[in-house]
Amino acid sequence: MFKKILIANRGEIAARIMRTCRALDIKTVGVYSEADAEAVHVKQADEAYLLGGPRVTESYMKIDKILEAAHQSKAEAIHPGYGLLSENAEFARRCEEEGFVFIGPSPAVISEMGSKIASRKAMEKAGVPVVPGVTRSLADAEEAIEVAESIGYPVMLKASAGGGGIGMQVVHSADEVGKAFEGNQKRATDFFGDGAMYIEKFVEKPRHIEIQILADNEGNTVYLWERECSIQRRHQKVVEEAPSSFISEETRKKMGEAAVKAAKSIGYKNAGTIEFLVDADQNFYFLEMNTRLQVEHPITEEITGLDLVKEQLEIAAGKTLSFAQADVKRDGHAIEVRIYAEDPKTFFPSPGTITKLKLPEGPGIRHELAVHGESVVTPFYDPMIAKLVVKGKDRDEAIDRLQEALSNYHIEGIKTNIPMLQEVATHEAFRSGETTTEFVEKYLTKKKIKQK
Amino acid sequence: MTEITASMAGSVWKVLVKAGDAVEEDQDIAILESMKMEIPIATDFDGVVKEVKVNEGEFVNEGDVIAIIE
Repeated sequence: MFKKILIANRGEIAARIMRTCRALDIKTVGVYSEADAEAVHVKQADEAYLLGGPRVTESYMKIDKILEAAHQSKAEAIHPGYGLLSENAEFARRCEEEGFVFIGPSPAVISEMGSKIASRKAMEKAGVPVVPGVTRSLADAEEAIEVAESIGYPVMLKASAGGGGIGMQVVHSADEVGKAFEGNQKRATDFFGDGAMYIEKFVEKPRHIEIQILADNEGNTVYLWERECSIQRRHQKVVEEAPSSFISEETRKKMGEAAVKAAKSIGYKNAGTIEFLVDADQNFYFLEMNTRLQVEHPITEEITGLDLVKEQLEIAAGKTLSFAQADVKRDGHAIEVRIYAEDPKTFFPSPGTITKLKLPEGPGIRHELAVHGESVVTPFYDPMIAKLVVKGKDRDEAIDRLQEALSNYHIEGIKTNIPMLQEVATHEAFRSGETTTEFVEKYLTKKKIKQK
Repeated sequence: MTEITASMAGSVWKVLVKAGDAVEEDQDIAILESMKMEIPIATDFDGVVKEVKVNEGEFVNEGDVIAIIE
């Protein structure tokens, strides 16, 4: 096992990774920006290195600076967390070139899965169902209309390099394609430096259900059940649960096996997640693969009893998986809610200084956070400041515990989405499992805002 | 004459108007970027832009003047 690793991330995920490192007696190296000098993840690291200015492009995205810190600290491996450089193939390649183990899959796999078009092709080849659509980049609105008409409206216009809902739009007619194409292409070029656009059939009333997999370097691959992450706002997840209350045991097995087949066919190693759209008839379609630890990994840990960060570290250190598919437990029901520093009605960000923080305690409650009662929440990073995870013997008990925990969760000084989460947790539609991706639009207040 | 101010701290991502432009109520005059989100800043009334006080890429605090409208 490694003796020292660098965590190329910030916030709750850096703190989360460090916790497992401590348990495994691995020394931790933190990195930080000027804005994060007082941050929790810096205090928790055994040693920490300043990368640069507050903006991510001046600090957490600076590959050279991070590798410099890795060399100085003599770290053996680098854990990228999620977001930031975690799915940057160039970063993974540089880590390897400079002699560090990158805790994740190979640069080639990251790059293949990072392109929506390339990953679709790879999945089709592996025999995994994909949403009907085209896998080529569309030249212009005219070609887009032609394709849309061959698939049938409504269709989803998407940017190949996209994420977070950017460059993505549902269109219902040729007229709408004409209006949407150029704008979305331009946005995709602005944000991702790649304006490649493609079209997929729009799956109506879809559920977003993803399969967690683990694969060791010898190719042993297992699935750790699913997570349902349908409740989203602005195409970003807000509430996640495991297992899904929607799919049948048969669908669960089919999805798990499809995910394993997909991972094996691309030579995947380490932890990864395959996201699927599931329609009302339980047909499932590959959406994308996330080649990293997910924000919502704790709910899988809660029902399987595994520590995914520990598994990641062991795989990266060259160990063989210590269990087989038949040994993977599934016990109880877990729900995670993401706590964002934002206005619960408009979803506008709310940076500021926390003046009071009181966390609920009790059976089945787990916290993942890296803020305290006096933390400054700056405008430079993602608004997610904490995650609340609850577990019950079944879904009803988990929801009861979630309601109780949310009503005892107090943050003052900044606005948070806790009132919105309470609305979800106490909603009859949530209790009855009506958790489609349209939940927020359908049941809660909304206001249009563009996600970056 | 009225000052249009930033509703929150962030970077100026886009400036959408220039001095002399006629603007209408609810028209976006700039887009801020905060916590990875775009925050459009709109004018509350019709008028003409007298001066734009910020440049793209600059950091603004809550309450800083973005533009002056007459």
